[in-house]
Amino acid sequence: MSDLSLSKPSRFAILANPTRFLELSGRLQPWLYGLAALLLAAGLVLGFLAPEDYQQGRTVRIMFIHVPFAWLAMMAWTVMSASALGTLVWRHPIADVSIKAAAPIGAAFTFLCLFTGSVWGRPMWGTWWVWDARLTSVFVLFIMYLGLIALSRAEEEPGRNARAAAVLVLVGFVNLPIIKFSVDWWNTLHQPASVLRAGGPTLDPAFLWPLLVCAAGFTTLFFALHLNAMRTEILRRRVFALQRLAARRAEAA
Amino acid sequence: MHSDYFAFVAAAYGATAIVLLALFAWIRLDARAQRRALAALEARGLRRRSSGAPPAGEGQS
Repeated sequence: MSDLSLSKPSRFAILANPTRFLELSGRLQPWLYGLAALLLAAGLVLGFLAPEDYQQGRTVRIMFIHVPFAWLAMMAWTVMSASALGTLVWRHPIADVSIKAAAPIGAAFTFLCLFTGSVWGRPMWGTWWVWDARLTSVFVLFIMYLGLIALSRAEEEPGRNARAAAVLVLVGFVNLPIIKFSVDWWNTLHQPASVLRAGGPTLDPAFLWPLLVCAAGFTTLFFALHLNAMRTEILRRRVFALQRLAARRAEAA
Repeated sequence: MHSDYFAFVAAAYGATAIVLLALFAWIRLDARAQRRALAALEARGLRRRSSGAPPAGEGQS
């Protein structure tokens, strides 16, 4: 890499330097955690103040967490897909760090989406689970997260499988439009979209506002956790490099 | 009859709290472990060739 002090680096180049990235993200991280805590506290309070639904009763409160988890399950994979381009096109080490750090967080949100959906489905649909297109495609997404976690951690050397992981992420991206439009393309037990749809949200504002604040809170939490895990992954690679250096010196001595 | 549903709502929020707290704890503990490992290596006099000047790359495949 060329000496950054010689030429005026672009904003992207500054962020792409791991040392600068550690400095900037270290300053940003507490603010992200704080903002996430504020938004989540506000969203959960709004959610519990919201009236009960005339049909669903209090189970409508599950919506305030289930829907953000579904959005985040897909957004995390989208973030990883953008990072996968960074690995394959620019071969940038931070892009792989981003994929590896995001995978367990995305998997956790996908699991919570499936779990909260299941305990919502039992009272409202009369079943914990059904193999309809929406539920099945999200389950496939969860399995892909697990596969990616296994692949990105299979080798002792961190980042060894960067290219394979990036290819897997891009192949898996095909699943996202299938998840989104599954409720339109097939006859599913799951309801069609209520918020992000042509013609605007069908939700009453009494439910829409708590949902949006919760979604903003969980999204901020995702980015705070992702940034934190990325910083750790950069340190892990430095530790690995130094350990290898120590081993080489021990051999030479 | 709606009070029957309390357990389902509690299960959803309870599982969310457990999973997210566990995820948060794991990420924080992992961060601390790597910080300590790096500090221990540097205390042994091992330094990255690139430390000081910031170019990327060293040891980062």
